[in-house]
Amino acid sequence: MTKQMVDTSKIPGWGADADPENDPTYPIRHIEDQKSRGLTWTRPTQQIPNVEILRSIEHNRLPAVIGTSTPPSGLSGAIRRYAFRRSESDWLHWLLLMGADRINVVEGVVEDLTRGKVPNIPGEMGARAEWQHNKTGFAVKAGATAAIAAVLVAAIRGRQSEKSVSPAAPAEPADPDKALFIPY
Amino acid sequence: MLAMNYRGPYRVRVDEKPMPQILHPEDAIVRVTRSCICGSDLHLYHGMVPDTRVGMTFGHEFCGIVEQVGPEVRNLKVGDHVLVPFNIACGKCHFCQQGLFGNCHEANAQATAVGGIFGYSHTAGGYDGGQAQYVRVPYADVGPMVIPDWMDPDDAVLLTDVVPTGYQAAEMGGIQPGDTVVVFGAGPVGLMAARSAWLFGAGRVIVIDHLDYRLEFARVFGPAEVYNFREIDDMAVFLKKQTDSLGADVCIDAVGGDAAGNALHYLFGTKLKLEAGSAIALHWAINSVKKGGIVSIVGVYGPTGNMVPIGNVVNKGITIRANQASVKRLLPRLIDHIKAGHINPKAMITHRVPLADIADAYHLFSAKLDGCIKPVLLPNGQ
Ligand SMILES: NC(=O)c1ccc[n+]([C@@H]2O[C@H](COP(=O)([O-])OP(=O)(O)OC[C@H]3O[C@@H](n4cnc5c(N)ncnc54)[C@H](O)[C@@H]3O)[C@@H](O)[C@H]2O)c1
Ligand SMILES: [Zn+2]
Ligand SMILES: [Zn+2]
Repeated sequence: MTKQMVDTSKIPGWGADADPENDPTYPIRHIEDQKSRGLTWTRPTQQIPNVEILRSIEHNRLPAVIGTSTPPSGLSGAIRRYAFRRSESDWLHWLLLMGADRINVVEGVVEDLTRGKVPNIPGEMGARAEWQHNKTGFAVKAGATAAIAAVLVAAIRGRQSEKSVSPAAPAEPADPDKALFIPY
Repeated sequence: MLAMNYRGPYRVRVDEKPMPQILHPEDAIVRVTRSCICGSDLHLYHGMVPDTRVGMTFGHEFCGIVEQVGPEVRNLKVGDHVLVPFNIACGKCHFCQQGLFGNCHEANAQATAVGGIFGYSHTAGGYDGGQAQYVRVPYADVGPMVIPDWMDPDDAVLLTDVVPTGYQAAEMGGIQPGDTVVVFGAGPVGLMAARSAWLFGAGRVIVIDHLDYRLEFARVFGPAEVYNFREIDDMAVFLKKQTDSLGADVCIDAVGGDAAGNALHYLFGTKLKLEAGSAIALHWAINSVKKGGIVSIVGVYGPTGNMVPIGNVVNKGITIRANQASVKRLLPRLIDHIKAGHINPKAMITHRVPLADIADAYHLFSAKLDGCIKPVLLPNGQ
């Protein structure tokens, strides 16, 4: 409950022009249905979390129902835990979470690989739809990917040949199906 | 069961995942019959929403058959075909009591500024969503509604989000009879906003986008006057010329943080993430509305901040109204409108896709290929 700091009944003219009709939020908010103020409602049953839940520090208690998808884990999880020390009003809270999201993508690939699954990244990015409905786009992306792959291969070979003094082998033609796709 | 699996920006696939469980006495488990991909999902897909974790299942627009109910569920029974509003809402808190079902305080541990939303990152509660064969539905007696016998399930699934969102966009516009209403964005939300503007008595409805196939659809579906912003030099000047030089009475932002049309916002918002998305549609709305007018925002932005001309909001005395749609509050009225033939949401569905092809469906919708307006996934077959 908000503490009443001033006795409004002592203020001359207090509320004289209060007009419930003058409500730009109507009908989005129904002030007439607002039976109480503060955290005073009859709460639903509390769900007991079976996974780690990061809670906004702007909540004074855990909401009755919570989502249990993908609990924090790994390095991204550690960053998320740290981010949740700061409020939703703090920019750093969100920037840290965005950073954790990016690290989480790498963790996802590692997780796939450790399970013996090589992610089909072009497939995950909808390469088939691109091929069917945007042939030019497909060609540009496949070409760009192949070019980047070729440059990388050449650079790695170049470095190796500097060390071993063997003649640089010609770069293998990159297979666009196996290469990484560039985000559109 | 099969479920969508987010792997990182622009990367999604379908994987085998464990069946969802009842975790709270008011939960239900629903077998999904239809599930849409939404413009909001694109913000997640583009990596714009903080705390979007790899491995999550998206999907907040779905309907399905009740498979199992928790001990405190009274209104739903196994076998009911229900549509499930995208908001997770308790029905009891300070906000739900006022009909603010999009702002429930008992459904999102990770943030107080947003309510709980199915499959919409941990910033919206960390719930796995409905782009899956099965989904856990909390507060099953509050949100879900049995689909009336006469209703096409294609209409029902659109009632879970885009229809009420477009309608609420128009409602928040406080449209008075004869008003000129400008809708930015001709996606499903903007299309429904344009259609709904007439229901509130608009005198003129203008829709702005840059995709000709969507503008063409809006011209008939609205019906609306349509303009391609790529052909417009200066939006504020153009819209003032269209409106006796004073500006529109009401401007609606149905675009959100993935807006195109401005290099600076694209760089700061979309690429560098220094802004919570590109706010150019909102910028245009503020500068094109008349003095004393109303800007209604349903386009979604991230939680940090955006560069918008707030000084003009002050100088022009603009009222800004915005929210996540309160689906449950609006359902009865919208069902009446469908029954009366006033609106025909299912006309927006352009693609019907098996869950297995989800990566292609996301790409198609994101890159706006093949005339895509609204894709519907069929996780359990036809
Ligand atoms: N508030 C809510 O409850 C709620 C609910 C659903 C969706 N949304 C939001 O509404 C927005 C639209 O959703 P949608 O499903 O229609 O998405 P969509 O991606 O299908 O449509 C967005 C449209 O905006 C157009 N556009 C891009 N830049 C523009 C600009 N500068 N001016 C005008 N048009 C522009 C695009 O070409 C596209 O046609 C999204 O931000 C979504 O997150 C909000
Ligand atoms: Zn949606
Ligand atoms: Zn609530």
